[in-house]
Amino acid sequence: MPAVSKGDGMRGLAVFISDIRNCKSKEAEIKRINKELANIRSKFKGDKALDGYSKKKYVCKLLFIFLLGHDIDFGHMEAVNLLSSNKYTEKQIGYLFISVLVNSNSDLIRLINNGIKNDLASRNPTHMNLSLHCIANVGSREMAEAFAADIPRILVAGDTMDSVKQSAALCLLRLNRTSPDLVPMGEWTARVVHLLNDQHLGVVTSATSLITTLAQKSPDDFKTSVSLAIARLSRIVTSASIDLQDYTYYFVAAPWLSVKLLRLLQCYPPPEDGALRGRLTECLETILNKAQEPPKSKKVQHSNAKNAVLFEAIALIIHHDSEPTLLVRACNQLGQFLQHRETNLRYLALESMCTLASSEFSHEAVKTHIETVINALKTERDVSVRQRAVDLLYAMCDRSNAKQIVAEMLSYLETADYSIREEIVLKVAVLAEKYAVDYTWYVDTILNLIRVAGDQVSEEVWYRVIQIVINRDDVQGYAAKTVFEALQAPACHENLVKVGGYILGEFGNLIAGDSRSSPLVQFKLLHSKFHLCSVPTRALLLSAYIKFINLFPEVKATIQEVLRSDSQLRNADVELQQRAVEYLRLSTIASTDILATVLEEMPPFPERESSILAKLKRRKGPGNQPGAEEARQERERERERERSLNGSAEHREGGAAASAKSSPSVDVLSVAALPTNRPRPVSSVSLMQTPFLASCAAPSSLSAGPMTSLYPSADLLGPTGSPPSTGGSLLVDVFSDSLQAGPAPLDLAPPNTAVSEDNFSRFICKNNGVLFENQLLQIGLKSEYRQNLGRIYVFFGNKTSNQFLDFSSTVNCPDLLKTKLNVHTKPADPTIDAGAQLQQILNIECLEDFTPAPVLDIQFRYGGTLQNFGVKLPVMLNKFFQPTEMEAQDFFQRWKQLGAPQQEVQKIFKAKHPMDTEVTKAKIMGFGTALLDGVDPNPTNFVGAGVIHTKNTQVGCLLRLEPNTQAQMYRLTLRTSRDTVSQRLSDLLSEQF
Amino acid sequence: MRFMLLFSRQGKLRLQKWYVPLGDQEKRRLGRELVQTILGRKAKMCSFLEWRDLKVVYKRYASLYFCCAIEEQDNELITLEVIHRYVELLDKYFGSVCELDIIFNFEKAYFILDEFLLGGEAQETSKKSVLKAIEQADQLQEVRAVYLPRPLIPLISQAF
Repeated sequence: MPAVSKGDGMRGLAVFISDIRNCKSKEAEIKRINKELANIRSKFKGDKALDGYSKKKYVCKLLFIFLLGHDIDFGHMEAVNLLSSNKYTEKQIGYLFISVLVNSNSDLIRLINNGIKNDLASRNPTHMNLSLHCIANVGSREMAEAFAADIPRILVAGDTMDSVKQSAALCLLRLNRTSPDLVPMGEWTARVVHLLNDQHLGVVTSATSLITTLAQKSPDDFKTSVSLAIARLSRIVTSASIDLQDYTYYFVAAPWLSVKLLRLLQCYPPPEDGALRGRLTECLETILNKAQEPPKSKKVQHSNAKNAVLFEAIALIIHHDSEPTLLVRACNQLGQFLQHRETNLRYLALESMCTLASSEFSHEAVKTHIETVINALKTERDVSVRQRAVDLLYAMCDRSNAKQIVAEMLSYLETADYSIREEIVLKVAVLAEKYAVDYTWYVDTILNLIRVAGDQVSEEVWYRVIQIVINRDDVQGYAAKTVFEALQAPACHENLVKVGGYILGEFGNLIAGDSRSSPLVQFKLLHSKFHLCSVPTRALLLSAYIKFINLFPEVKATIQEVLRSDSQLRNADVELQQRAVEYLRLSTIASTDILATVLEEMPPFPERESSILAKLKRRKGPGNQPGAEEARQERERERERERSLNGSAEHREGGAAASAKSSPSVDVLSVAALPTNRPRPVSSVSLMQTPFLASCAAPSSLSAGPMTSLYPSADLLGPTGSPPSTGGSLLVDVFSDSLQAGPAPLDLAPPNTAVSEDNFSRFICKNNGVLFENQLLQIGLKSEYRQNLGRIYVFFGNKTSNQFLDFSSTVNCPDLLKTKLNVHTKPADPTIDAGAQLQQILNIECLEDFTPAPVLDIQFRYGGTLQNFGVKLPVMLNKFFQPTEMEAQDFFQRWKQLGAPQQEVQKIFKAKHPMDTEVTKAKIMGFGTALLDGVDPNPTNFVGAGVIHTKNTQVGCLLRLEPNTQAQMYRLTLRTSRDTVSQRLSDLLSEQF
Repeated sequence: MRFMLLFSRQGKLRLQKWYVPLGDQEKRRLGRELVQTILGRKAKMCSFLEWRDLKVVYKRYASLYFCCAIEEQDNELITLEVIHRYVELLDKYFGSVCELDIIFNFEKAYFILDEFLLGGEAQETSKKSVLKAIEQADQLQEVRAVYLPRPLIPLISQAF
């Protein structure tokens, strides 16, 4: 028998719970549960009407089973029935079931709402409370629609019981969070503010939360709450004589209410009225004074409650950022906590001081604690506390202490936990750059970073050091010398090889005069690392070698020999092979002059915000910690610095514009490979890789893209015959954009990719689904196409509980696409509320056959952080198919008509998915063609036909797919009247099987 | 507050209260992940941690962990006392509450929580008022069960 049972004691339930607890294995538990489910199901279905008690008991059992983690798919109706019971406990269990297991089954919602409506109108306070709790717990849109108008009335009605008012206030708060558009503001708002004067502290507590939420959204409507809140706070904090009875918690007067009032005041600037302001200052001073008084109790609850109020007061002081005395006092108080024996207080002090560091009034005061913070970094046993110490060191860093802080962080990095290493690396990199007076120190610091934590040094970090070295000629010789020395180490991190390869390729000549670092020594040193490196690094080294050929004619023969070796020329990796072949040819046929022009030194990068900073901000993530504010100021300072560097703000805009067209320039690269019209593997290199490879090729003034067209033609200057500097600047764009716009291009996992195309290929054979999803946002699509026209409904779902501000979503067509595809869209609404969905309609017109896809550029502000990324829109040529039915005879006749070699594209490839006939059929039809039965003599083959509609022309397409189940291979043949169409369709469709 | 979880040292969820709309799957996933994170921490560590884009506040009482996920701007220390007050309420109601009380009377644990917190905010912080509301509800019941003796560890005496 179970040991415990309280309340009305549902004996059957207790026995069941007891049985479950006695189960020895998961299997036994599942068996017992299934038995119970069967039993309950039969009871619910049985002829005999169940009495209320039994119904309650069974519903409660179902709830218990659900809470164990099992799915429950029945019983909802019985639970709804309980709502109309006149026995309180039955009603209560019904509501609990609904609150926990809410189901958006619309019929049920109507019934539930009916039950709630009856109880709300009952004037029985216990029943009213139950129904209000249910609305607050479920908070669904349907409920908001039904009740959002009634609840304010209940809240402000004179005859409403206090406990009902409390529930109504928080119920309204919840509805306002989930469906703010449905909560009407009105004359009730003024009366809600006056609840701050209510006699009942419980009512005030609930109302303060509600007012805070409402004031955040429409501060003007609730301005009058400021004076009332200050008056209330003052009565609680400063008058010792008032006995708050049960609202005093371990000798602290109404700590919850105090915290909430202080929080409400943070929605507003400091009051302008002098008397009011004085009264508030007095409150804050009193709270700070109390922190110095001896504790009234030794219990931790006493100190927690007291300090909760203190920290909230400090948050308000920081928010106002206007009273130097209070700020410095706050800082001193936090300084005391830094050495407190309670870990919790040390943690909070570090966190809170982080925000203080960004105030001009307290920045210096915070800096005085540097030794304590460094000590915390070394001695704290809890990694989350050490993390806070790192954050604070970062926040308090300025020119005066940068060297010390960077050195401490570097030395901490040697032993730091893996979970926080990457962030420390980013922070060190940012600080080293920001406060570098002497750039040799900067170079040393970054190389040290790579030595200590090479694996955590992301692309952004090593790209940045290269950008800076290229832009500052005073540090180039030093950089070359230092990397050369660092590369001498028997084992060095691959990132060092990358930086070394790049820098020596550009500036190796600056140290070549010394016989110890003669060109041949440099080359041999680099090449000794070659075989241990990954493909992208090797690609970069090959580019460094061709740069060497230009810099040092004396090593040309040695390098050509390396390039000529089988391991390069016949390398299995297409990128390496291509580079080896092309560089070798280039070095053989080009004259010295041409070589010098093509391989000239990289032009300076445009100055712009450090991409590392951008990455750091992203890492900190939205709803940013102490630092949303701090990060913003950070950026301000950064901009300031840039302006002073450049004498104008132009580069900022330049940077933004470049970032906006980041995706097109990426597309240009992948397209550039196509017109050569031979089966180049490069065209299948995914876009994610392209910018990266291009950037690896950086030492040559050529990028991987133009290179492909460069090779077969005699036009060494690039596809358009433009001067080499154009090739160079294209490269600069690609390079720097991949830095600016997103995380590491090869980093395949990140949610905030520069241009995401994760789900792109899933839409080739279907029109609806989820295109993109990260922690904040979900993008869903519904699309329909007719002939050469299409319409896409894009749904942006805000997954967070905060509003997205400054939202914009625009469609960007790469240049090559602009003449081929028209996309019209209306600007999207600039805000998306928490949990809400926004719809945008795109109208599409296909003018001509096309290959690249448009990109949806999305930008919004979340928790103070600007989110910006692109998502490739799944608009591809096959969407404009109209299926064509035809007989076998017809089909073969046309097949023969399209017999010219360039009209056919054939591809043989391995099956990526199980070879299921039905799935294949569905995919071919989803692709847009008609599936023709009985045409192919071999029944296992698939044959399709359709017409692509563009505004200018129509292209007939025939396709044939021959599966070979034994070999798990397919052969796909496409014939159309246009070679580009055949190629594109083949590329699209062959990815699907 | 976004959600509150009660779980045992073995990682079994004893109570879960969500103040944000999420699918069942998502809830289970988040719950599992957070429980693992917290059970992986050593005793005497800080009661606060950053987790995803939230702050997590937790405290262990005897065999049970109480854990709240709060928003960026929420106050950690007062949340710690939200937990304590809830434990006090359970303790007063059940009389030296222990884990088994919450298992066998999970519905009561939910009712008490709803009186104390609503929509993720403190509704009534007075112990007397909350208990009065619950006792009143109990009085509306027809039958009252008898307590049985229990050789169990009361939560409140064993705060970690």
